[in-house]
Amino acid sequence: MEAYVILKSLWWLLLGVLLMGLAIMVGMDMGVGTLLRFVGRTDTERRVALNTIGPHWDGNQVWFILGGGAVFAAFPLIYATAFSGLYVVMLLLLWTMIVRPLGFEYRSKLPGKNWRNAWDWLLFLSGFLPMVIYGAAVGNMLDGVPFHFDWDMNSHYTGSFITLFNPFAIVTGLVSLSLSIYMGGAMLMGRTEGAVYERARKAVIGGGLVAAVLFALAGVWVSFLPGYQLVAAPDPGAAQTPLQQTVTVASGAWLHNFGAHPALWLVPVLGFAGMLLGMLAAGNHKPILTWWLGALAWIGVIGTAGAAMFPFMMPSSSDPSQSLTVWNSVSSAHTLAWMTGWTAVFVPLVLWYTSWAFYVMRGKVKSEAIEADEHAY
Amino acid sequence: MINGTVVALSRWQFAMTALYHFLFVPLTLGLTFLLAAMETVYVTTGKQIYRDMAQFWGKLFLINFALGVSTGLTMEFEFGTNWSFYSGFVGDIFGAPLAIEGLMAFFMESTFVGLMAFGWQRLTKVQHLIVTYLVALGSNLSALWILVANGFMQDPQGAKFNPLTMRMELHDFPALLFSPDAQDKFVHTSIAGYVTASVFVLGVSAYYMLQRRHMALAKRSFRMAALFGVLATAGVITLGDALGFVGGHAQPTKLAAMEAMWHTEAPPAPFNVAAIPSQSQQRNLWTLQIPYVLTPLITHTTTQSVPGVDTLEAQAVQRIKNGIPAVEALKRLSSNPNDPQALTQFDAHQADLGYGFLVQRYAPNQDVALATNADIAKAARDVIPQVAPIFWTFRVMVAMGLLMLAFFIAAVMFTLRNDAEKHRWFLKLALWMIPVPFVACEMGWLVAELGRQPWTVYQMLPTWMAASSHTVGYMVFSLAGFLLLYSIFIAVEMYLMVKFIRLGPSAHGRESPAHGGGSAGTYAPAAMLK
Repeated sequence: MEAYVILKSLWWLLLGVLLMGLAIMVGMDMGVGTLLRFVGRTDTERRVALNTIGPHWDGNQVWFILGGGAVFAAFPLIYATAFSGLYVVMLLLLWTMIVRPLGFEYRSKLPGKNWRNAWDWLLFLSGFLPMVIYGAAVGNMLDGVPFHFDWDMNSHYTGSFITLFNPFAIVTGLVSLSLSIYMGGAMLMGRTEGAVYERARKAVIGGGLVAAVLFALAGVWVSFLPGYQLVAAPDPGAAQTPLQQTVTVASGAWLHNFGAHPALWLVPVLGFAGMLLGMLAAGNHKPILTWWLGALAWIGVIGTAGAAMFPFMMPSSSDPSQSLTVWNSVSSAHTLAWMTGWTAVFVPLVLWYTSWAFYVMRGKVKSEAIEADEHAY
Repeated sequence: MINGTVVALSRWQFAMTALYHFLFVPLTLGLTFLLAAMETVYVTTGKQIYRDMAQFWGKLFLINFALGVSTGLTMEFEFGTNWSFYSGFVGDIFGAPLAIEGLMAFFMESTFVGLMAFGWQRLTKVQHLIVTYLVALGSNLSALWILVANGFMQDPQGAKFNPLTMRMELHDFPALLFSPDAQDKFVHTSIAGYVTASVFVLGVSAYYMLQRRHMALAKRSFRMAALFGVLATAGVITLGDALGFVGGHAQPTKLAAMEAMWHTEAPPAPFNVAAIPSQSQQRNLWTLQIPYVLTPLITHTTTQSVPGVDTLEAQAVQRIKNGIPAVEALKRLSSNPNDPQALTQFDAHQADLGYGFLVQRYAPNQDVALATNADIAKAARDVIPQVAPIFWTFRVMVAMGLLMLAFFIAAVMFTLRNDAEKHRWFLKLALWMIPVPFVACEMGWLVAELGRQPWTVYQMLPTWMAASSHTVGYMVFSLAGFLLLYSIFIAVEMYLMVKFIRLGPSAHGRESPAHGGGSAGTYAPAAMLK
């Protein structure tokens, strides 16, 4: 295989890894945000919950920023087409996400009850809504999005934003939300005690259960959904635009990759295994194991969507032959090679110091410590 | 094809959100280094007060930092949401510095800022100091990569247009990274951040000195800010000159607008101190000039000529004519990438491709083949950005820079004589100086970005093509949303900032028993330095 095909495939995989990092780390923080009002009944309990992720949310959020940057750098046409096409949804995602840093930083700065309640609900919203939108976005990619290109690759989205909230997308959105609740609960289990811990444990089991059921439902649904198939296209190793291929649409075509490579079935199995064993671990009071099994569930879920769609990334429902694939929306070999070099150096470094930060802040968050520490949230 | 109102609204939205974001960034860039300096003194001397300083200013830092992070997210989205053609056109090269920024800098800054705030009890002194330095390093590296990306828009180095993929592609990474425009811009901008933080710390310290509160902390902070500030201001002016020098050569149209030079004059040309430029008449209605000064100022020689608007427009006409065949060839290549004749034609004219795009807007049916001489003349006129706002924002920025230099020289003098608190007028002035660096930074952004017009990527991609094809309704919706949210955000941030400044370090003395004597009570005048 030529080098460019390898680089293209590698970056498809790396993008997947980034999305998993985003789902696991940011999803965990957003899960805590969603659960904040429910696991914490008193102000101190809520502060305990917030401070479990207090030192980490900002670093975790970079998974999201890096995800955006990596799509921009490695798949510019996806970044350009998806972000502009899903305009209203992207703005809702952005607006809820930009409230979050302020919620963390400002909530406990003032003692007023209304002040804190207002920020609590904003933290709920900025945890709940983005996770639904992430999941719904993946659902829409599976469903296809109406867009086409001019001769100069200017993209036009021709749908309305309401269609982005179709029933299938809502199911995938809820899969994502429930997994984030699971992960938020797992983090809270690891770093709290008493009542908060107990409520978090229930949230893990509830979130895992709902996620497993909806993931199964989405799987069945996909087998009836129109899937996309590449009929004729330039060589994967060639520099190309999406104007040079032929794509057909057939019901159930998203299962073709699984038919051709039955080993791929292990990916969704991994997802289910993570959820089910994770609930078991939570039942047995094993917070760290619960967390890691939840991460595994995310890997399985995102991996399943990727495996079903490959090589498609953003199919066009209005003009299927202009669908965006790994081969035609990717950056040049030169850019990918440079990016690979930077990634090889810095991702291990990031993982190393992130682990160190979690190690430094290990242990249970105690209410007395929060009262004493003026930097606590 | 593209609605002019949508482009205009997209520009307004980007400018507003970027200017807003840039209110918080400079303070972050500079304050991290001041925090690191304070903590260094604490770790090396063991004096508790420097730890209290680091913690107090750290608290204000975090209030500012949160909004910087928030509004930065918007910028990450906005290229794709509102400048989708741009994103596809340059993503191959422009996306890389943004991704590397996340990977190398923002991860570092954000991970360690958490430890900086929460790790005081859990890290050793030296570990915490290293963490603080890593936050400073991370935020400054972040600025580096963002400005490398911006530098590319100003002077596209290291890229080549690929007609097979219809976009600009990276072909020389070091050329992108070490582009002189990007490097000068990085140093100029990050040092502007150090100036901003110095004025901020100096102003707030002066406020305490006026009220005779927290004197020990205020006087030490005053001194550090004065010393840091005078060096930084000298640096920002030097690098500003370097940036003008580099930018003047890379972007002659921006330079002509900055100096309101409508006509090319024989060197040494006069310098316009003040002017009332008229864009429609292409002349200055009134000027205040110093003879001979412009040429040495800009070219660092006395003989080199500086092109005025008339020369630049004449050059643009030629380049547009040469660029039209490039666009035509590209259109043919879009349907058949293997058309050898089109490839040859494209290669011969590709240097002026951007100028071909420039006239597309005025050509009948947006078909450049049909462009008349009148269309070409209109497009050539476009290459000159709006002179009056650029001329004046530039002068306001420079004037503020010089004002701050004088201010810091005085501050250093007072602090070295150790009698700053006796000059109450100066302390009052220091308080009033706080907005100045913020305004100067915003002016700098305006000069850079207004001066780049009509291009999104200089001489490659016109702004009118670069925007996403939204409806006006979508744009009104998003503008209204940003306006509402950002107004609330700034009100909340300013409220907290003012409140915590008013409360002063005493507001954070709660944990004092844990590490002995850190509470505000010990800062009574009796415990002052001397």
